[in-house]
Amino acid sequence: MGKAVPVERIDASRQREVVRRLREFLPAHSVLFEDEDTRPYECDGLTAYRRAPMVVALPETDEQVRRVLQACSALGVPVVPRGAGTGLSGGALPLADGVLLSMAKFMRALRVDPVARVAVVQPGVRNAAISDLVAPFGLYYAPDPSSQIACSIGGNVAENSGGVHCLKYGLTVHNVMRVRGYTIDGEPVDFGGEALDAPGYDLLALAIGSEGLLVVITEVTVKLLPKPQLARVVMASFGDVETAGQAVAAVIAAGIIPAGLEMMDKPATRAVEEFVRAGYDLDAAAILLCESDGTPEEVEEEIARVKQVLSDAGATRMTVSRDEAERLRFWSGRKAAFPAVGRISPDYYCMDGTIPRRRLGEILRFIGEMERKYGLRCPNVFHAGDGNLHPLILYDANDPEQLRRTEQFAREVLEKCVEVGGTITGEHGVGVEKIDQMCTQFGSAEIETFHALKHAFDPVGLLNPGKAVPTLARCAEYRGMHVHGGQLPFPDLPRF
Amino acid sequence: MQAVLEAMVERVRAAAQGARPLRPRGGGSKDFYGNELAGEPLDTSAYAGLVNYEPSELVVTARCGTPLAELERALAANGQMLPFEPPHFGPGATLGGCVAAGLSGPRRASAGAVRDFVLGARLLDGRGRVLAFGGEVMKNVAGYDVSRLLAGSLGTLGVILEVSLKVLPRPAAETTLRLEAPQDKALEWMNHWAGKPLPISATCYLNGELSVRLSGAAAAVRAARETLGGEALGDGEGFWTALREQTHPYFAPEAPLWRLSLPSRAAPPRLPGEELIEWGGALRWLASAGEARTIREAARRAGGHATLFRARDKSPGAFTPLGPAQMKLQRELKAVFDPARIFNPGRLYPDL
Ligand SMILES: Cc1cc2nc3c(=O)[nH]c(=O)nc-3n(C[C@H](O)[C@H](O)[C@H](O)COP(=O)(O)OP(=O)(O)OC[C@H]3O[C@@H](n4cnc5c(N)ncnc54)[C@H](O)[C@@H]3O)c2cc1C
Repeated sequence: MGKAVPVERIDASRQREVVRRLREFLPAHSVLFEDEDTRPYECDGLTAYRRAPMVVALPETDEQVRRVLQACSALGVPVVPRGAGTGLSGGALPLADGVLLSMAKFMRALRVDPVARVAVVQPGVRNAAISDLVAPFGLYYAPDPSSQIACSIGGNVAENSGGVHCLKYGLTVHNVMRVRGYTIDGEPVDFGGEALDAPGYDLLALAIGSEGLLVVITEVTVKLLPKPQLARVVMASFGDVETAGQAVAAVIAAGIIPAGLEMMDKPATRAVEEFVRAGYDLDAAAILLCESDGTPEEVEEEIARVKQVLSDAGATRMTVSRDEAERLRFWSGRKAAFPAVGRISPDYYCMDGTIPRRRLGEILRFIGEMERKYGLRCPNVFHAGDGNLHPLILYDANDPEQLRRTEQFAREVLEKCVEVGGTITGEHGVGVEKIDQMCTQFGSAEIETFHALKHAFDPVGLLNPGKAVPTLARCAEYRGMHVHGGQLPFPDLPRF
Repeated sequence: MQAVLEAMVERVRAAAQGARPLRPRGGGSKDFYGNELAGEPLDTSAYAGLVNYEPSELVVTARCGTPLAELERALAANGQMLPFEPPHFGPGATLGGCVAAGLSGPRRASAGAVRDFVLGARLLDGRGRVLAFGGEVMKNVAGYDVSRLLAGSLGTLGVILEVSLKVLPRPAAETTLRLEAPQDKALEWMNHWAGKPLPISATCYLNGELSVRLSGAAAAVRAARETLGGEALGDGEGFWTALREQTHPYFAPEAPLWRLSLPSRAAPPRLPGEELIEWGGALRWLASAGEARTIREAARRAGGHATLFRARDKSPGAFTPLGPAQMKLQRELKAVFDPARIFNPGRLYPDL
């Protein structure tokens, strides 16, 4: 289960011991421990949480990974795996008494089979690099997180990442066929295969999205899809966000599964437009991007239907991309939404709840209320087609009081997501960030089951301990805090 | 319904205390699947009914005893379907059995398997606890993905009480083509086409004939028909149903039926018996009295595995034996949900 409270100070003698041990089989440049060398690893994409690791290990071969794990197991040192460090829930947040295991040097594509449509790659390969690699065969890897130029496939597997096209093409779990790696004991594991199923329990499904708590991934086999001949996107404007939300449901109800269906509200389009000039309608309260792909005949048929549905649903303006350059320009704004928002505020905090689509209007209203309650702005971008929200709370991390309000804001929104039948995280993972909200989403029996599953892979609790699953004690405390309203941490804040 | 559930919980608790095995059973349509049955049947058919169905959310939630046919009718009334096209193998097939067996039909290669559409589940575990995992939304990464793990667990982890599935609209147009080709050519075509943007939703190769189903927008189906050539098959739907339900004459003989799951481009394993190919080459049925060891070894060398699907004698084990490291993890997983080993002992593996 790991320790409930992480150690915050590095023990110098312990550090020397671990470094000495790792250097027995790793070259000096693969073992970092000086402050200036470990600093780049002190956080992932969730920059509000930082901690320097005791040691960073950068293995280059499977054998080295195995030995790092065996050495750490023998010494009782916790290990935190890390890919590209773009994670948004602190899953790769280091431990001051732990080894940060960076998979960044696992950068090779091992095999591409264009006929069987699979690619076997090492976990450090960037998501977008896979599609680039197989483009000459007319193939691509479908899940496309907005971070795709930076994030690693190993991180994608660990988080079960999604992207703007997953409504039609699925998440990481639908597009990965096999994962190989090691348990914390250094035992090799091999889940799935190049056939469409494998005997026994589906450990591949369990490993995907396990946030680096069950296995260290050293090889990933992905499924490749034929590139659609054509894709076009409809950009539609709406006078208010709720109408836009209803339009999303109307598209699905009409039996259309668009290749992508995304929504941005006005504060988000404003921020983006200044940054990338995507050509968004700045008068609209919300815009929808609805993509259709397939053969030219299919796309023509579908775009006509989409336009009809959106217009019946109250779209005030619609533009259809005329060519590939324009399509990419329409998407560029959506894909750059996070960095764009990053420019208008010192910091932003990205939420990731998912809700049933029909509750979109209600959630947006609730977020509006929270903006007023906490005095913080919150532009919204969503994977609207699958009900996955990314409200971005703008704050200044240098002001601890603002950070606290931000966390409180986020917590209320996530709890609202659970209340309307959704989840606290659609694709970014629980990590350290949403660990308390796990207690809202799950009861003690489920949490216990998660710990038992972890125990089956990692009996001592050394692989990424303290992440993703809260201890039962922590949940009891968290729930208690909610029951006894008087003891809430910010009694000065107004409440409903 | 609460009373039905409580009665099941009681039975499970009592069984766990007395270490008396149970076997959750819906319509019994898949009793033939897996190793020999053990334990008293725990009838799930009374725990039935749709819990929630919102067509615009593309999600349906139903209790385990819900007849699969009833569920499919409800979806069809709204122009939707279960994308993995599950086999029923009998009129009594239930949703719980469908997910527990984890078997998918002809659309598997293009749409995905049962586990790909499972969004959430409620499980009655071996301690008599009702656990809820996943949910009704498309994207959900909170907690380990236990609900997908239940697909194909053959009722060995607990009683799957309720399942939420992603559903999809039925294709606007569908047609089946038939082409003649030798086996190696057919395998080559299936792999080649799967790498092209074509609306192929099912394939089947038997006796020199390759059947290809096209599904999608009318224009796309029409265009693909031109590209692929061949003859249109009159009763396409009847053909795919017979294939899915194994009522096709290929499945009539008494010889043991093997299910070989292989990489799609694997060369035909040289084994005695008649072969039928599905899933773009990834599924090979083999009616063969050949040695289990030989068949399994051929499948392993081709990069896959072989299941003894239907046979009077299952003594070689229904499923491909696992290596010691893999088996150890599987055992520990079983113990997480069913420490007293009361659910379907031995049905998946002797150790589980
Ligand atoms: C601007 C921006 C946009 C984003 N957009 C999206 C989006 O659209 N969709 C989406 O899903 N996510 C998105 N993300 C989140 C993030 O990019 C994904 O979660 C990504 O998969 C993380 O990959 P990484 O390589 O950076 O992993 P890291 O951040 O390094 O690690 C993530 C987790 O995976 C574990 N891990 C990493 N590698 C391994 C391994 N080899 N073995 C075992 N465990 C491992 C770590 O321990 C950690 O728990 C976005 C992030 C940013 C910054």
